Amino acid sequence: MRRKLWVWQVLLLVALFAVWHVATHPELIPPVVWDNPSRAAFFFGEPLKILKVMGDWFTGGEIYPHLWVTLQETALAFVIGSVLGLAIGLWLGLAPFASALLDPYIKAANAMPRVVLAPIFMVWFGLGIWSKVALGVTLVFFIVFFNVYQGVKEVSPVVLNNATMLGATRRQLLRYVYLPSATSWVFSSLHTSVGMAFVGAVVGEYLGSAKGVGYLIHMAEGSFDINTVFAGILVLTIFALVLDFAVSAAEKRLLVWRPTQGETEQQL
Amino acid sequence: MTASVCLEKVTCTFASRSGEGSYTAVRDVDLAIEDGEFVSVVGPTGCGKSTLLNVAAGLLRPSSGHVKIHDEPLVGINRRAGYMFQAEALMPWRSALQNVIAGLEFRGEDGENARHRGAEWLERVGLSGFGDRYPHQLSGGMRKRVSLAQMLILDPQILLMDEPFSALDVQTRQLMENELLELWSADRKSVIFITHDLEEAISLSDRVVVLSAGPATRPIGEYVIDLPRPRDVSEIRLAPRFIELHDRIWHAMKDEVLKGYQQTRNRTAP
Repeated sequence: MRRKLWVWQVLLLVALFAVWHVATHPELIPPVVWDNPSRAAFFFGEPLKILKVMGDWFTGGEIYPHLWVTLQETALAFVIGSVLGLAIGLWLGLAPFASALLDPYIKAANAMPRVVLAPIFMVWFGLGIWSKVALGVTLVFFIVFFNVYQGVKEVSPVVLNNATMLGATRRQLLRYVYLPSATSWVFSSLHTSVGMAFVGAVVGEYLGSAKGVGYLIHMAEGSFDINTVFAGILVLTIFALVLDFAVSAAEKRLLVWRPTQGETEQQL
Repeated sequence: MTASVCLEKVTCTFASRSGEGSYTAVRDVDLAIEDGEFVSVVGPTGCGKSTLLNVAAGLLRPSSGHVKIHDEPLVGINRRAGYMFQAEALMPWRSALQNVIAGLEFRGEDGENARHRGAEWLERVGLSGFGDRYPHQLSGGMRKRVSLAQMLILDPQILLMDEPFSALDVQTRQLMENELLELWSADRKSVIFITHDLEEAISLSDRVVVLSAGPATRPIGEYVIDLPRPRDVSEIRLAPRFIELHDRIWHAMKDEVLKGYQQTRNRTAP
C-alpha cells in the first residue's frame, strides 16, 4: 500500500509538470487568457527550460558554492538561535521576577515583523553571511525560547520532588531535570526552527548579498529571467525537503525515550 | 528505642487560591515512628495524608510544630529518607538503569561501580535485562519496581511511601506488597506507608494510624497489628485475627470516611 502511494505521488508530480508544460508552451494549445501565446511562458516559465537550468547548475557545479553558503547560514542561525533560546528560556523559566519584568519586551520583540531588521543587520554585519545568520537567529530564537520557557514551567513537580529527595542540589536539578526536559522541547520544535533558520538565510540573501541561492533568484529576477527564478525556487524546495528529512532522522535518534503511539508495553 | 521520625504538634495551613481565607490540612498531629517500625497511615481521601509525608520528607515546612529525625530537628530536605511517590516520578528521558543510579550520580558516584550496583538492584526487583528500557517502554508495575530500586539503592534509613501501589491492578499490587515486605525484612528500615486501603495497611504494618476526615486532620486512633511475620499479603487476609482487626479499625474509620465522602460531594456539587 505504501509503495503504491509512492507511485501515485510521483505520477501526480509528473502530471503537474505536464500541465504546466502544456499551459505555458506556445502553440500547444490556443491562447485563452493572453493574446500573445508566449505571454504565459513569460509569467510562469517553461518547465523544460527550468529543468535545463537546474541540470546545468548541478552538472556545471555552478550551484554548489551558493548552496553551501545558504546551508552554512541556515546551520549557524539554527545553532546560535537554539543555544540562545535555550539559555534565556531556562533562565527566565526559573527566575519569576526577571520573566515578569521582561514579559512585555519579549512580547513586543516577538510581535515585530523581524524581516524589517534585515537592513539594520546589513549595516551592522555587512553583505557576508553574518547578516543573514543574524536574521535567522532572530527568527529561530523566539520559537526555541517560547518552547523552552513553557517546557521549564511544565516540568513535572513530582519528578522534581523525586530528584530532590534523591539528593539533587539546585544545580543538579538544573542539569539533570530542567535541561533534559527543556532540550526535549527544543527538539519538538526542531522542524519549525530549522525551517525558520532557512527562511532567514534566503530572505537575507534576497535582500542583499553576493552569494547564496537567494542571491541567484534575486539576480535572475533583475533580468526578468523567470526560468532561472523558478529553477532557484525548485532548488530551494528540494533543499528544504532534504533538510527536513535530515531533521526527522535526527529527531528519531535523539528522542528514543519519547513514547510513540502504537508501541506495545512490555508486560512482565 | 529512639523514634526515627517524630512529628510534634504539626499544623499545616495553606493560603487558599482565591487569596482570602486559608485551609488547614492537618492540625496538631503527633506521630512517632520507632526505629525499624512499619507504620501505615490510613484515612479518607483528601484528608491530608500526603501533607504529613511531605512534612516528614522536608519538602514542606509545617506552619507550626516540630519534626525530629533521630532526635535532631529537621532542617531542609530529610537526607535520611527515601520517598516513593504516588504519581510517576521517573525521569522519562533516562533509561531504567540510569533512573536507578540517579541518586548515586547526584552524590558524585558515577561510572562503572554505580552502573554495577544499579544492575544489582534491578535484578533484586526482578528487572534484570530491562536496564536500557525507557520508562514508557515499561508497564506500570515495572515502573514502580524501578522507583523502588531507585529509592533503596541509596540505602535510606526511613522510607516514606505515598500510596505507591494505588495505580496498580490487584494482582500486581499484591506481588509488589510481598516484595516490599521481603526487601524490608532484610534490613528493617522505618517505614511510613500512606494508603487509603485498610486491608493493605493491616497486611503490611506493625501499626496502623487512622486519620480523621479533613480539614484539620488529626490521628483518631492507633492500632497495633500483632499478626505474625513473615507474612504473605494475600494469605494473611484470610486469617481470623486479620478480620478481627479489620472490623475494629473499620468501625473507627467508617464515620470519618462518610464525612470525607460527604465533603468531597459538597465540594464538587454546584
